[in-house]
Amino acid sequence: MSAMIKVENLTHIYSKDTPFEKAAIKDVNLEIEEGEFVGVIGHTGSGKSTLIQHLNGLLKPDSGKIYIDGQDIWENKKNIRQVRFNVGLVFQYPEYQLFEETVAKDIAFGPTNMGLSQDEINERVEQAIEFVGLSRDLLQKSPFELSGGQKRRVAIAGVIAMRPKVLILDEPTAGLDPKGRDRILSQIKDYHKRTGSTILLVSHSMEDIAKFANKALVMNESKLFAYDTVENIFKQSDSISKMGLSVPQITKVFDKLSEKGYFTNENIYTVKYATDLLLKHLKKEEQ
Amino acid sequence: MLRDITLGQYFIGNSVIHRIDPRMKILLTIAFITMLFIVKNFIGFAVAIVFVFAVIFLSKIPLKLVVKGVKPIVPLIIFTSLLNMFFISGKTLFEIGFLKITVEGLNLAIFMSVRIILLIMGTSMLTYTTSPIALTDAIERLLNPLKKIKFPAHEMAMMMTIALRFIPTLIEETDKIMSAQKARGADLESGNLIQRAKALIPILIPLFVSAFMRAGELAMAMECRCYQGGQGRTRMRELHYSKLDVYSAIIMAISIVLIVLINIFVPTII
Repeated sequence: MSAMIKVENLTHIYSKDTPFEKAAIKDVNLEIEEGEFVGVIGHTGSGKSTLIQHLNGLLKPDSGKIYIDGQDIWENKKNIRQVRFNVGLVFQYPEYQLFEETVAKDIAFGPTNMGLSQDEINERVEQAIEFVGLSRDLLQKSPFELSGGQKRRVAIAGVIAMRPKVLILDEPTAGLDPKGRDRILSQIKDYHKRTGSTILLVSHSMEDIAKFANKALVMNESKLFAYDTVENIFKQSDSISKMGLSVPQITKVFDKLSEKGYFTNENIYTVKYATDLLLKHLKKEEQ
Repeated sequence: MLRDITLGQYFIGNSVIHRIDPRMKILLTIAFITMLFIVKNFIGFAVAIVFVFAVIFLSKIPLKLVVKGVKPIVPLIIFTSLLNMFFISGKTLFEIGFLKITVEGLNLAIFMSVRIILLIMGTSMLTYTTSPIALTDAIERLLNPLKKIKFPAHEMAMMMTIALRFIPTLIEETDKIMSAQKARGADLESGNLIQRAKALIPILIPLFVSAFMRAGELAMAMECRCYQGGQGRTRMRELHYSKLDVYSAIIMAISIVLIVLINIFVPTII
């Protein structure tokens, strides 16, 4: 099976040929299989955003190639819109892109651009709003009447309605309260389960990555530091901390415990697993 | 793309020209424009050319940059030159078909071109050597006397300052919204005029919404810091006239007197 996303020697330079020239990403090679849930982590300015904007052809590589589903996306420039329908990108603070009179029309913007029939569009809009957990009653409201969290979910629905094979979300929970965060993330996870699409989630919260993703992609100083399972990434807590990132709090706790001789062979990065392990351990001691 | 637009053309430096008080620089620029319009022959222009190049030299701004500033108006210069060349009646120099080029026409064409080029080069020195903020400051102070007839000088200057401050922010925002709509398949590059105008709606509406929100937030932030308009407001950096300003005014005056004298003693072209 060929990879869903394949990146070859990708380099992108901002302000090329000027004194402000700066490489945003250098020589990135990457292969992501279909159906993965990938957490993208990296320090501010490490090239995460630049990388994801290449995947749907918003930015053009200065050198290197990008294949989506085996297809070189820049092979035929005219097909670049098709690539954007296949690779849905939800930007940071996506609620600022809402513009239509009603929520329904706004969600329909993407599918309409795809040139689908009205019936198909309606069906997708209803499905998308359900995916993000909003009531259908909101469809005829103005998006500007909604609350911040609702607006954000409408904006995400607008991308989901295109039914992309790959869904990329750039910090979808930034600026939301804890309840709103959990809700959006679990809806994304749910969407992943139901559609089997490939998902890339950019996040600064290692806890979220540990909880939801099965692979993690770490960018550091314009380069790909590692792409591996979440478990293997958080094993390298030393080099991760050196980059100014951190591992989940629970991993830190168990790192300290292993220094003291407990659970030395374990690799813990979710609270749930840690609880199970602790309970098992306590039971053993009781006996 | 959008990000590459340079705004204002302030060229940081500390030359003599940079140090002239911005109020004086605005007044001198007005005087310079007047000077260019009283010139009546090429010898008069010689004085103006020496003046402009002396200013450029003193300001230490690369000549190339100043020349580049003239580029956008080249089509205008060519257009007016052609009109002048072909449509001014007088002694015929040569004919191409039904088109006649006259000596007077050719003279006038060159004369006008020199005037426009000097005008652009001279006035652009104001914006090259003065930061936009200093400029609005100076405009406020120069318009101060008009407050007596209820002209809102301070409000005008504050508006200009805020506008200048927010242009880069808005450009960045436009860039972001454009990317977001493109990611949803918005097609901004193809189609006829009407289709293209329609394609702008998904960009303009979010842009307006956020601009209004930003305006509200800024107003709130200003009020939180007790902003109440210009009354009783003092400044961190006061503008002061110095000897340099007096010297520059004198040089300007001498140039104008020189040109008036040349106008009297040398035959006029127009």
